[in-house]
Formats: sequence, C-alpha cells, structure tokens
Amino acid sequence: MLFTSYSFIAFIIILLVLYYLVPKKWQWSLLLIASYVFYFLCDARYLIYISFTSISTWGFGMLIERQGKKQDDYLKEHKELGREEKKQYKAGIKSKKRHAMVLCLVINLGILAVLKYTNFVIHNINGAIRSFGWGSPLTFVNFVVPMGISFYTFKSMGYIIDVYRGTCKTEKNLFRYMLFVSFFPQLVQGPISRYNDLSESLFAQHAFEFKTLWFGIQRILWGFFKKLVIADRMLIAVNTLKDNPEQYGGAYVFALMMFYAFQLYADFTGGIDIAIGVSNAMGISVAENFERPYFSKNIKEYWNRWHITMGTWFTDYIFYPITVCKPMLKLSKASRKHLGEVIGKRVPVYLSAFVVWFTTGLWHGASWNFIVWGLMNFVVIMITQELKPLYVRFHNRFHVDGKRWYDGFQVIRTILLMSAIRMFDVYRDVPLTFQMMGNMVTHFHISTLFSSSMLALGLTGVDYIILLAGLVILFTFSMVQRSGSVREKLWCKPVPVQYLAAFLLLLAIILFGAYSIGYDSSQFIYNQF
Amino acid sequence: MEELLEILKELHPEVDYETCTTLIDDKILDSFDIVSIISEVNEEYDVAIPAEEIVPENFNSAQALYALIERLMDED
Repeated sequence: MLFTSYSFIAFIIILLVLYYLVPKKWQWSLLLIASYVFYFLCDARYLIYISFTSISTWGFGMLIERQGKKQDDYLKEHKELGREEKKQYKAGIKSKKRHAMVLCLVINLGILAVLKYTNFVIHNINGAIRSFGWGSPLTFVNFVVPMGISFYTFKSMGYIIDVYRGTCKTEKNLFRYMLFVSFFPQLVQGPISRYNDLSESLFAQHAFEFKTLWFGIQRILWGFFKKLVIADRMLIAVNTLKDNPEQYGGAYVFALMMFYAFQLYADFTGGIDIAIGVSNAMGISVAENFERPYFSKNIKEYWNRWHITMGTWFTDYIFYPITVCKPMLKLSKASRKHLGEVIGKRVPVYLSAFVVWFTTGLWHGASWNFIVWGLMNFVVIMITQELKPLYVRFHNRFHVDGKRWYDGFQVIRTILLMSAIRMFDVYRDVPLTFQMMGNMVTHFHISTLFSSSMLALGLTGVDYIILLAGLVILFTFSMVQRSGSVREKLWCKPVPVQYLAAFLLLLAIILFGAYSIGYDSSQFIYNQF
Repeated sequence: MEELLEILKELHPEVDYETCTTLIDDKILDSFDIVSIISEVNEEYDVAIPAEEIVPENFNSAQALYALIERLMDED
C-alpha cells in the first residue's frame, strides 16, 4: 500500500478514528495491528522477515539484559571481591554480551545482505566469467525483498548496539518492541528512529486534541503537495532525459541534473512529511530527517542536514566504532611513527570515512552506481577537509565570511556539487555517467535550455509554470521555516486564514497533482532502499 | 588539563575552551574533530575512549572531556 494511494488515505482515516475511540491503553496495540495489516497489504510474505528480525533482536536484547542483571547480582553477593577480580568478572560478562550482539548483527545484516546483494554479487561474478571465458554464467536468484528492509534492519541493529552499550533500556515486552520495529509510517522510507527517541511518545497514551490532529493533517498535505505536484511532474522529464542519453547530451544533462535534484528532494522530503504527519496526527513525535539541506554552504553541512537519521546512524554505529577500535588506534600510532604526524593522524579518519561512504553507497542500492556515488562523496568531503585552512585564509584575507552574496554563492556551489555527484544514481551505469558529464561540459549551449525542445520532454508550458510556482512556494516555505515552525506561525493567524491555507494546498494537490500525464506513482524513490 | 586544552586549541584556536559548554550542541566540533581528539588523547594520556562514550555530554566542554579521561584512567 503506497502513501499516495486512495487505500492509504482510507487506511489512515479509519486508523485515526479508531485510535482516538479505543481506550487509551490499547492505542499502541492498535498501532501494532495496523502496522502489520499495512505490511500484509503490501505483501504478506514481508511479515515473515520483519517478524524474524523483531523477535531475534528482542531475544538477543533480553539475553544481554540478563547478563547485565547477572553481573549486578553477582557483584552484590560478592562484595568481598578485590578491584582486579571485579574487573575480570566484568570483562567476562562484557565478552558474553558482545558475542550476543555480534551474533544478532551477523544474522540480521546477513539476511539483508543475502536478500539485497546476492544478485549484485552474481552479476559481478558473471562479468568475470564472461571476461575470462570460465564457462557458463550463474543463474540469478529471485528473492522476495521486503519493502523498507534496510530501514527496519538499521532501526533494529541500532537498538541492539545501544542495549549492548547500555545507552538504551531493554524493552521487555515483545509486542511493544515489534511495534517499534514495524511502526508503519516509518517502515518504508524512515526516518530511522532510535528506541530512546521514539519509545516514550510511541507508547504514551494520547488524548484527542484538535491542534495535534490538525498539525498532522497539514504536514501530510504538505508532503502530498511536494510528491504529487512537484516530484511526480519532474519525474516525467527526468525519465525522458535519462532514458535517451544519445539524444539528450550537452545542456540537457545539466537540465537533468537540476530536475533530478529537485525531484529527489520533493520526493524524499514529501514522503517523510507524510510519515511524520501521520505520526504527529496521533500525537507521536518522530525525529526530523531534513533541515533545509539545500541551504547548506558546504558538503559536510549538507550531510548534516540531509537524511539526518541515516547520517547519524552511520556516524554512531560505523564511523566512531571503527575509528576508536583498538586495532585502529594501534594503526594510528604506527602510522604517526612511520609516516610522520601530518599524514599519520589522518590515516584512521580517512580509512573510517572510506568504509562509511562505501557502505552508505552500498546501502542505497546494489549497484556500482551507488558505490561510486558514495565514494565520490568521500573524495569531495576529504578534499573539503584538507582545503579547510585555505578557505579560512581566503575568508580572512577577503572578508567575505558572513556576506550575503558569498553565502548565496556557497549555497549554489553546494547544490551544484551535490547534484553533479548524484548523477551517478541517474544513468544506467557508471561509464555512461562519466561520458554524459563530459558531454555536458564539451557540448554545453545555454540556448538549449530556453528552446522549444524543452517542451518535448513530456512537460508542457503549463507544467513548467506549475513546477516553477511549486519551487517558489517550497523556497518561501523554507525561508519562513528558518525562524521556527511554519505550522505554529499559521496557528497564530485567524482561523479562516488557517483553513484557507490548508484548502488552497488541498486544491493545488487535486488540480495540479501529476495524475493524468502518464506518471506512475508506484514508488517513492527511497522505498527501494 | 593543559595538554587537553592544547589538543583542542590546535583544532579550533578561536574557541574559548575555558568557558564554552556547547561544543557539540553548537556544532563547533564535528565528527572528524571528535576522532582527531580521541586519537590525540590516546597518544597523550594512553586512554582509549570507547564509541559508547562519544555522546554530547562528554564532548560539550573541555571540563566534561577531561572528567571522562580521568574516569577512564581510573577504570583502567
């Protein structure tokens, strides 16, 4: 069941009515049933996978909790133990906990890896077989890949690591834990919530409040506007341009770059708005996933503001553990000794960042396109990091820091840079992407962008006007949002103004949603991850 | 504490570490700064800061970070 389908709207209306009608202590149970019904309606086979991940993670969490309790009881009973003996006992318990955590990670990440990456591995092996003439190619496997498997697996793995670290309380009730993993608004494209951040609000009893419901509905409408009016309209031109590279080179590649930048933004943030809006309508607070990323002045800032929950997940559970693990600290010491201070102290950071961006690329999709995309981000971030002292000197020398025109320049530069890197997601393979990027530079004629041929991409003049108006609204909204919640600001306005704003938004979705021009709303881009 | 302040000053000389208590909250230190600090602390104090200790409360101020180093040295 898709967020943009009528059945989803009906599902939400029924759920909201029931949610506020049932006794408050049953609200979370109702949500669990709703989440499993939602997933069942997508594909009944998905339930096997998500149930397994939920039950296994919960079980390992309980195992770790039991070890902790055992340690506490033992130390209470044996107060006579010396410092060294206590330390030794604690180390033994910690090792058992670590084994449980690692086993849990291997099993669940193993499932994710097998389901998502087996065919990618086979594809590469077959490439080698063909190249070296080793015999007949391997057959591809037809697995059922549950929608949003990366999201719920990461959510669960974050939980088990936090339980191991002792930074998260173990959930003793299996069904409550199952709701945390399967909470349907977040199931298909995030945000990737942490148990500590979501649980209190998820399991709390929520009395009906008009403001809560109204704010949720507004956010849902805003998400539909982004998805249906902007993203799905852009999609038509994006598909025409990317599917016909031989016909659309030069300035068209630039057009594709910009269309895709705004399509992805509207698509992904729109989906997240719907997810957060549905949660908010039930009084449930969910972590924000975006903070006006296209206002970032450099790539590092961009990644702190785009898909925030994924970024912090990779930082907390991959980047930090790799950088501070004992072998890496040893390597750091050795490299300082042999390569000198300047290079030596960069080794752990570079290695860890490389692993993070490689896995980030792989997480986004089982193809070389995404891996190269991830590594391009790594390269640009590292260059930015190395050039930092130069930037500081430049800013101090020319006194440009904080100047509005310079801020604008940095923002546009970051958008262009990120959009260029993202082209690796767009074309069918990596060599073609390089070829088209080269073609963009060598055959660029700005007049192409203003010629009538732009009307042959599947969009009419009216579509372009709607897109332009949509982007202006998006930009204005982001500018207003800089000084606080837009919904709160609207709430302070007279009631007719509030209703008029919501009505106009609804009207725009109904009138200008890209329903009838051959689009397929079958997917949000991030569903596939 | 002097050594720690030197490590921090080398990363961001413009910051007053004696008074600043929002190094993470105000995004003064980023993830690269944090791992540099951890590596330097390991060199200087021979203390390994584990991943679970990388939380804002431990890195928001020089004092908090120093308290963490002392605690870890004590645990050793």
